Amino acid sequence: MVSLMVNKIWGFFIIVGTLFALCNGKIDVINEEILTSCKSALDLVIQLFPVIALWLGVMKIASSSGLLEKISYKISPVLRFIFPEIPKDHPALGYISSNIIANIFGLGNAATPFGLKAMESLQELNPKKEEASRSMITFLVLNTSGLTLIPTTIISMRMLYKSVSPTEIIVPCILATTISTIVGLLLDRILHYRSKHV
Amino acid sequence: MFNFSAIILPLTVSIVIIYGLYHKVDIYDVFLEGAKESFSFIMTMFPSMLAMVLGVNIFLKSGVVSFVFEFLDPLFKILSFPIEVLPLAFIRPISGSSALAILSSILKEHGPDSFLGRLASVMQGSTDTTFYILTLYYGSVGIKKIKYSLVAGLGADLAGIIGSLWITSFFFG
Repeated sequence: MVSLMVNKIWGFFIIVGTLFALCNGKIDVINEEILTSCKSALDLVIQLFPVIALWLGVMKIASSSGLLEKISYKISPVLRFIFPEIPKDHPALGYISSNIIANIFGLGNAATPFGLKAMESLQELNPKKEEASRSMITFLVLNTSGLTLIPTTIISMRMLYKSVSPTEIIVPCILATTISTIVGLLLDRILHYRSKHV
Repeated sequence: MFNFSAIILPLTVSIVIIYGLYHKVDIYDVFLEGAKESFSFIMTMFPSMLAMVLGVNIFLKSGVVSFVFEFLDPLFKILSFPIEVLPLAFIRPISGSSALAILSSILKEHGPDSFLGRLASVMQGSTDTTFYILTLYYGSVGIKKIKYSLVAGLGADLAGIIGSLWITSFFFG
């Protein structure tokens, strides 16, 4: 589904953009853009590189020292409230909290394996194997709302364009992602009860 | 007002290091080991960034977007939603790398410390790629009926977008 969608979007961008520029007499701009885009992409990635390296280094210390594990353990009572259908001490809760903590600390790559394990153990609890269970939906809503403590990519992009204060958006970002998370969880509850009563 | 944004990064780093020292971790070696992982991360990131920067820049520079927005502008004036960040709001749930490419072009054009630059930054940080996450995770366990997942996920995205506008106006308006 997604790869198909990305195919269409990418193709759409290039074809529509080129045709429009052709009709508009702006084809010179596009000609230049094709060549400079390669350089811009490299600049972007080079700019992201050091901040990501720094962050992965710091987070490796956090995971080796057991800090991440400890925080995951601390949030499990909250998870029991968000996921009322998962039995107490079920391994799914552990995977879910590891996934959430990895996401919060900006370790998207490390979060995915925990997320997949979480889905696997939620599937064991799921009575209808082809239909998403309530807990699965809640879990994915939590994931799509993108809780993050420090948005490293955004900070390094702001550095690239010479922001006076690249980190000034940290607190606003935390607030915005908190809003989307809370609304997501509320919607999830409402839609769940509605689907049961219809 | 005390600048909380400025202390979060140093504070997190210090806590991690103090905790590591306390638990007798070889913090220096472990740091290097972690930082090394960024090489493979960047290598996998470059091709998709290249593709998306190319696509997004051709599309934005062709003038299509401003052409369409001339019609939409009055409507968004009423909603007081800055139309320049609309492409970002649309693409954010679908593709992470094209959202980054759009963010980059907004920051380049309007400057990272302008209202639009800050709004786009917060908006990028407010949500994640809903479609990608749903496909990946449901696909991994063979779920076919996703029920109200998409509605809840996109609802959260919309809340993030509107929330970003409020919060950015509140902090920097």
